[in-house]
Amino acid sequence: MFSLLRSMWLVFLHMFHKRETYQYPEHKAPIPARWRGRIALTRDPDGGERCVGCYLCAAACPVDCISLQATEAEDGRRYPLFFRINFSRCIFCGFCEEACPTYAIQLLPDFEMAEYNRQNLVYEKEDLLINSQGKYPGYNYYRVAGMSIQGKDKGEAEHEEPPVDIKSLLP
Amino acid sequence: MSTGQYWLVIGGVLFVILNTAAGLIWLERRALALWQDRYGPNRAGPFGLFIVLADTIKLFFKEDWIPPFADKIVFVFAPAVVVASVLMSFTIIPFAPNVMVADLNIGLLFFLAMSSMGVYSIVLGGWASNNKYALLGAMRGASQMISYEVFMGLSLMGVVVLSGTFNLREIVEAQRGGWYILPQLIGFFIFLVAGIAETHRLPFDIPEAESELVAGFHSEYSGMKFGMFFIGEYMGITLISSMVVTLYFGGWLGPAFLPPVIWFVLKTFVFIMLFILLRASMPRPRYDQLMEYGWKILFPLSLLNLMVTAAIKLLL
Repeated sequence: MFSLLRSMWLVFLHMFHKRETYQYPEHKAPIPARWRGRIALTRDPDGGERCVGCYLCAAACPVDCISLQATEAEDGRRYPLFFRINFSRCIFCGFCEEACPTYAIQLLPDFEMAEYNRQNLVYEKEDLLINSQGKYPGYNYYRVAGMSIQGKDKGEAEHEEPPVDIKSLLP
Repeated sequence: MSTGQYWLVIGGVLFVILNTAAGLIWLERRALALWQDRYGPNRAGPFGLFIVLADTIKLFFKEDWIPPFADKIVFVFAPAVVVASVLMSFTIIPFAPNVMVADLNIGLLFFLAMSSMGVYSIVLGGWASNNKYALLGAMRGASQMISYEVFMGLSLMGVVVLSGTFNLREIVEAQRGGWYILPQLIGFFIFLVAGIAETHRLPFDIPEAESELVAGFHSEYSGMKFGMFFIGEYMGITLISSMVVTLYFGGWLGPAFLPPVIWFVLKTFVFIMLFILLRASMPRPRYDQLMEYGWKILFPLSLLNLMVTAAIKLLL
């Protein structure tokens, strides 16, 4: 009996406690920097696309919401011809970000993407590309990878030894 | 009273009661939110008051579905019973010295009879739904209401012994010397508990028990038929609160700086808030615990209260 009255009193006192609710459109909840929200394609420091069209994100996606087509530029760089994410399917698991070998695909702390038309949730490459390096500033895949492209031959990348001539006996 | 005044009182009481019941939708949600560190509905209109309007419109436009396996006539009839029986009970409540619909000399008995009628709505609704959960809820509702009805009546008899009348207006008048809450403290407590059980509000919402029985007796109801049960419940809260005020807290009596009606409304409001606070803070007891509590504790206690009151009244 006493415990009942006590719990009623304690619940009554909650009247004077601070509210837990965020009045959403006016006051936004603080979102952590690694929040998994809208997916974006980032750019390297030179402003080029980071995505090399390796399909690993599409393979990792558990709901198959990513579709892309890789192609190659004249200078030997690979890039996606189209890159499409269906956000009405996406579950924001972040597996694509983990799978990406070039830090191209990243999840941003932004979730306000409601649409009246379901078709508008299908984002094309133009919608996904952002003018930012995202979480990995200064990273440029072609500058550190050993792949040869126009203007940068094998062995010319950062921290890369020149290629070993396996036909030669000289050290 | 002239015929015109009479109709005015009837219309006024009906208007106020129905609007109170609708307003309680908002009040309960806001008050519950207050005690759970939330805000509650605060967007539609000032303080979210238009949520009442939105809820009503929503209920009216919901599909009013009658299950093909239900007993159609009884299914439609059941929700009306609860609203009608509660509204009938309001006829005998004295809101102010001359503001009462029917000055019955057996007002208290009429109230008990009408509040017992409410059980038909639960049983018929649950039975006609032809659904396991609804039937379980209806069975629980019936046994709960019948067993709590017993000592609800007995606890009121203490007041009747003290005032010597069943007429609610005279009971209020008899409290001019002092409210019955002091001599009838146990009676008040038992009546409050029985009243909560009678309106099947939390913690005694065993017929509904949404965590066990989907929604209990009104699992199959939708649209305005569900709305009737809903409104009936809120009117039940108002009814029990105003009965508590009338019987134990001197009804419209109070210091003269406020008119009697205001006193009545204020006191009733306090008890409505108590009902909501109970909902915010109490867990639901198990069904057998509820029955045990009723028959083994409250029933003997109410008998004891009645006997002691009668003995003291006889000796003094």
